[in-house]
Amino acid sequence: MVFDSYVVQRDISMTVQQGEIFVIMGGSGCGKSTLLRHMIGLLTSQKGAIRYDGENLCAAVGNARNALTRRFGVLFQSGALWSSMTLSENVALPIRTYTSLTEPEIEELVALKLALVGLRGFEDYMPSEISGGMRKRAGLARAIALDPDILFFDEPSAGLDPISSKRLDDLILELRDSLGATVVIVTHELASIFAIADNAIFLDAETRTPIAHGAPKTLLETCPSPQVQAFLRRGDIGA
Amino acid sequence: MALLWSRPRGPDPRVSITRSDDHCLRIVLTGAWHVADGVASLVPITQEFAHGNYVAGITVDAQVEGYDSALIAFLLKLHEICTLGDIPLRLEGLPEGAKRLYALATAVPEREGAARSGLGFAPLTVLGKTTLRFAKQGRDGLNFLGSVTVSVLRLMRGKAQFQQRDFLLFVEECGAQALPIITIVSLLVGLILAFIGAMQLKVFGAELYVANLVAVAMAREMAALMTAIVLAGRTGAAFAAQIGAMQGNEEVDALTTLGISPIDFLVLPRLLALVLMTPLLCLYANLMGLIGGYVVSVGILDITGTAYINQTMLAVKLGDFGVGLVKAFIFGIIIASSGCLQGLRAGRSAAAVGEATTNAVVSCILLIIIADGIFAVLLNLLKL
Repeated sequence: MVFDSYVVQRDISMTVQQGEIFVIMGGSGCGKSTLLRHMIGLLTSQKGAIRYDGENLCAAVGNARNALTRRFGVLFQSGALWSSMTLSENVALPIRTYTSLTEPEIEELVALKLALVGLRGFEDYMPSEISGGMRKRAGLARAIALDPDILFFDEPSAGLDPISSKRLDDLILELRDSLGATVVIVTHELASIFAIADNAIFLDAETRTPIAHGAPKTLLETCPSPQVQAFLRRGDIGA
Repeated sequence: MALLWSRPRGPDPRVSITRSDDHCLRIVLTGAWHVADGVASLVPITQEFAHGNYVAGITVDAQVEGYDSALIAFLLKLHEICTLGDIPLRLEGLPEGAKRLYALATAVPEREGAARSGLGFAPLTVLGKTTLRFAKQGRDGLNFLGSVTVSVLRLMRGKAQFQQRDFLLFVEECGAQALPIITIVSLLVGLILAFIGAMQLKVFGAELYVANLVAVAMAREMAALMTAIVLAGRTGAAFAAQIGAMQGNEEVDALTTLGISPIDFLVLPRLLALVLMTPLLCLYANLMGLIGGYVVSVGILDITGTAYINQTMLAVKLGDFGVGLVKAFIFGIIIASSGCLQGLRAGRSAAAVGEATTNAVVSCILLIIIADGIFAVLLNLLKL
């Protein structure tokens, strides 16, 4: 992954199993979000491939690419709700774009999605009228609008208080179990990493390459790398 | 600040350097070290090994009376020199707080490749970078124009997707809401034209031809130009700011990942609204300009209303209005596309939105004037 001539990360190789919660972790500025943006096709890597069920996203164009990205649901860092539309219109847009449902049917679906994230009754609010935590949940409702196979989260708990962040974690777990979706999360929130991650990759900012790969709890016990240990123990290596 | 810069940077009385027999430097720091007194220069120390003198190690003996960041900054520079030359550095007698600050400052090594190179001021580098930036801007512009064309073709096949409500909203925003300012501006332009014309034409006793002047100038040139400039400041800037803010909030990315083209969804409704409204506003500006001319002629120049109107009808043909409308149409395309392009190119910060807005207005006005110049030459060649 390269910005102009600055290499952000190199030699990343990882596999995400279907139905697991996969965490991309690492210190600030190590390229976690950049990796996620590559995975959803917003950026193109200088070399290499990203495959979903064997299909290369980097090489796909036109309809093939749309068919792939249609299976994604993405929750951006700030929610990224379209600010000129109400919550229900935000959730409705993907549905309207990709299905041929009638308006009343769409309305019902939107109500369902908003209810799933606990925002029933906020259909006609504008994104600027609700709190940051609610915006994230609304963003999640939009992300699951099309019942995606893969959900991507960019720092879901950033800027949330511990309780809201815990609720969001529970929601992610619940949705994974009920929708059967695969979840990829970028985060450095230790509490959520240990609470929900099945598998994880650690990107190191100094060597600019991943240095650990595995379940966080196993990594905590067995990983020899001091950076990973320091990260997972909040710096208390001796503890 | 001026005082701080003008301070002579000679050897600092607070730093004394002694060289021992085993090639070790001993630097004794005394006195009070405060930022207000300036940061001590390292030149005397670097001079010690400037002439190939071997330095085996440096010991700093701090006997300071007081300190703040000035001391730590000095030590950090010394530390960097020592790291570069691989010279062992020993610190003695540092106050506890200073020791901790020093440890903090040297704890994280400089990230390799992260620092920007300091070559930015060399004139050739600046020239090269500016050229590359212009080239990139041109490429971006062409790319954007291509995408918009493809998008318009998609629209014709009925496949482009945007919200009709957006389109209507923009029509209102850039059309109806611009009426007051267009009214004032074109009324005054008509008035000014009439005054200037009257002054010159009076010499020949041909005041009636003020009507010709106002009508032809408004129809062919001024109405379209003034409308375009007002819209560039009003609507072009708004488009850049709206889309720039959306870019910062990742809303554009959210569209892309959904497989919805931002060009379709964001640019098309704006482009269509403006391309529809600019000619209409131009027509309205024509009317206002003629009224301005009428007011001056009838009110001040002793021309009767009927004579003025008759003379106006004789002066302009339908084709003259056509020329103005075609211009307005092209200006509309220019304003909407540069506004949207600058918005889409914006970075992800608040400052970037401001920059995008400025760029949008500047490039709109520049392109409008260039296009108008091309029109003038073409129309002359075609004898239209």
